[in-house]
Amino acid sequence: MTELIIASIMTMMTAATPLMFAATGELICERSGVLNLGLEGMMLIGAVFGFAAAAVTGNATLGLLVAATSGAFAALIFGILTLNLLSNQVATGLALTIFGTGLSALVGVDYVGETIDQIGSIHIPILSDIPIVGRLLFGHDPLVYLAILILLGASWFLSRSRWGMILRAVGDSDVSAHAIGYPVIAIRFAAVTFGGLMAGLGGGYLSLVYTPLWAENMTAGRGWIALALVVFASWRPARVLFGAILFGGITILQLNAQAAGLGIPAAFMSMLPYIATIVVLVLISRDAIKIRLNAPACLGRPFRAER
Amino acid sequence: MLRLEPRSTQSLSAAWLSPMLALVLTAVTGGIIFLAMGKDPATALYIYFVEPLTSSSGLSEVAVKAGPLVLIGIGLSFGFRAGIWNIGAEGQYIAGAIAGGGLAVFWYESTSAFLLPAMLLTGILGGMAWAAIPALLKTRFNANEILVSLMLVYVAELLLVHLVQGPWRNPMGWGFPGTRVFPDAATMPLLFTGKRVHLGSVLTLAVPFIAWFLLARTRFGFRIKLFGSAPLAARHAGVQSNRIIWQSLLIGGGLAGLAGVIEAAGTIGQLMPDISPGYGFTAIIVAFLGRLHPVGVLLAGIAIAVTYIGGESAQISAGLPKAVTGLFQGIILFYLLAFDLFTRYKIVLPSRQAVQQ
Repeated sequence: MTELIIASIMTMMTAATPLMFAATGELICERSGVLNLGLEGMMLIGAVFGFAAAAVTGNATLGLLVAATSGAFAALIFGILTLNLLSNQVATGLALTIFGTGLSALVGVDYVGETIDQIGSIHIPILSDIPIVGRLLFGHDPLVYLAILILLGASWFLSRSRWGMILRAVGDSDVSAHAIGYPVIAIRFAAVTFGGLMAGLGGGYLSLVYTPLWAENMTAGRGWIALALVVFASWRPARVLFGAILFGGITILQLNAQAAGLGIPAAFMSMLPYIATIVVLVLISRDAIKIRLNAPACLGRPFRAER
Repeated sequence: MLRLEPRSTQSLSAAWLSPMLALVLTAVTGGIIFLAMGKDPATALYIYFVEPLTSSSGLSEVAVKAGPLVLIGIGLSFGFRAGIWNIGAEGQYIAGAIAGGGLAVFWYESTSAFLLPAMLLTGILGGMAWAAIPALLKTRFNANEILVSLMLVYVAELLLVHLVQGPWRNPMGWGFPGTRVFPDAATMPLLFTGKRVHLGSVLTLAVPFIAWFLLARTRFGFRIKLFGSAPLAARHAGVQSNRIIWQSLLIGGGLAGLAGVIEAAGTIGQLMPDISPGYGFTAIIVAFLGRLHPVGVLLAGIAIAVTYIGGESAQISAGLPKAVTGLFQGIILFYLLAFDLFTRYKIVLPSRQAVQQ
């Protein structure tokens, strides 16, 4: 029984990790005032290019780097369109998701059914061998720790660092930030690129560690769930951690329930993460004033320097 | 340096030119992609964009594919005009197919002439009901309609899979997921023998003109446009935002549901897991490519349908993966959004700038 619980918690963390990566990137992006709905597309692009690189070179770590880089390139397209050409952010994000779905399916054709060497869990002598707690604290794969570390780093960056405050200023009042002399467009570009980097990493985690294989549309809506997580977290990084673990938990719970065969049709169990997302959104958004206070004031608005 | 200056009104010529330019540049980009894949670009482009229009069976297939795209695209354009982002049309399409197709599953021996009209009606209601969820959650609880409508796509897909594998599965279907084949009374009559184009295409053709009338000639259309372009002015003029949210989501959901039931009762003739090749998502591109104008959406739906058919034949005759079609759709939208700049801004050259100042 203990073994089962430990195993469930371990897999819950792996289910939460891609969400943590993607949501942290999107959170930074949104704090700078840019809404990128292309998360799902960037994750798919990261997943397929990362997997392809790992399959060709046999090196999964290199695969992760490629995944992050390709996600960042995809974000650059979004940045050029929305920041330089002032296109509508919602429409452009949707375009990026459609583009990413098509591109990843095309690139992935040759890799369906291939396998790669997975990145394993870490094992620290003595520490990881402590009964129960040892594995829970020191037995995950290295990327789980990386995701948490980046999340904490983002939290520190936004609340404590100079550039984090400038980023928030740009997101809350682009006109004043520009008037003071901060390069609004450049800062937003950096934030968008970081968002792509993280989404690519999240996608790469799915195809290199979580499953590990490539299948068309394998993200299955995780990019959108990560977007909902940012709202759930009221744009605060630390709360992303809770949200991601909550959703990881729901995913694993329904998988375990399906395996246990509770008599509930499998399809209804599979609906759970999506329905949970809706429920959470409703609970959080109910308080319109709170949302307006927490959301970056310039979220989704294009910025054009007058002078 | 070049400078952007906002236009006081949208440029009409730029509005018509930018979709054309986007299509042309997508074809050029496509040629480069084909070249990179080691295919002859001229042949591949011909298969994609021209060949479907050269035979009567090709044209029939284009009409079959354009039908749902146009219906959903028109429905979405109402919401997009008002700034309501319903991107869950795929789910509303499936909900319509389930609701309407369900009648044919229950009365599978019926010969009644009322069955098909009843199915169309319940299909519309099914799509509306699915869209009512984001409308209710948006108006009552302020929940983001983009995320809610999208999550419901996955829920609808899973519900359909459950129904056709479980309670609604064809008892004589050797265990394959899918319902009984609909009876004749629940099937769209074909227009020509030997072609797949059916009555649904004719029904679809009427919708852009009704939509055009609504948008251009009624108070309702004016409110939608006002709400989208100047929400504050709209509020001062007494436009209720909740009403607009409900109206635009119900129209989008209803037309998507209609598209779903027409597809089930027409082209497919039963319910099965793959009743949509992503029509609900592609229709977003159709709506934008058609500049959210009903007649534009009709033309854009036909254009995108051509690439669907071209993609299918390219898969068979040139060995190109079907996914290329999806990639093209994304690229079209990228170009289109980039050119949108010129409908809203004009580029001012430095010399003219100096004169003006």
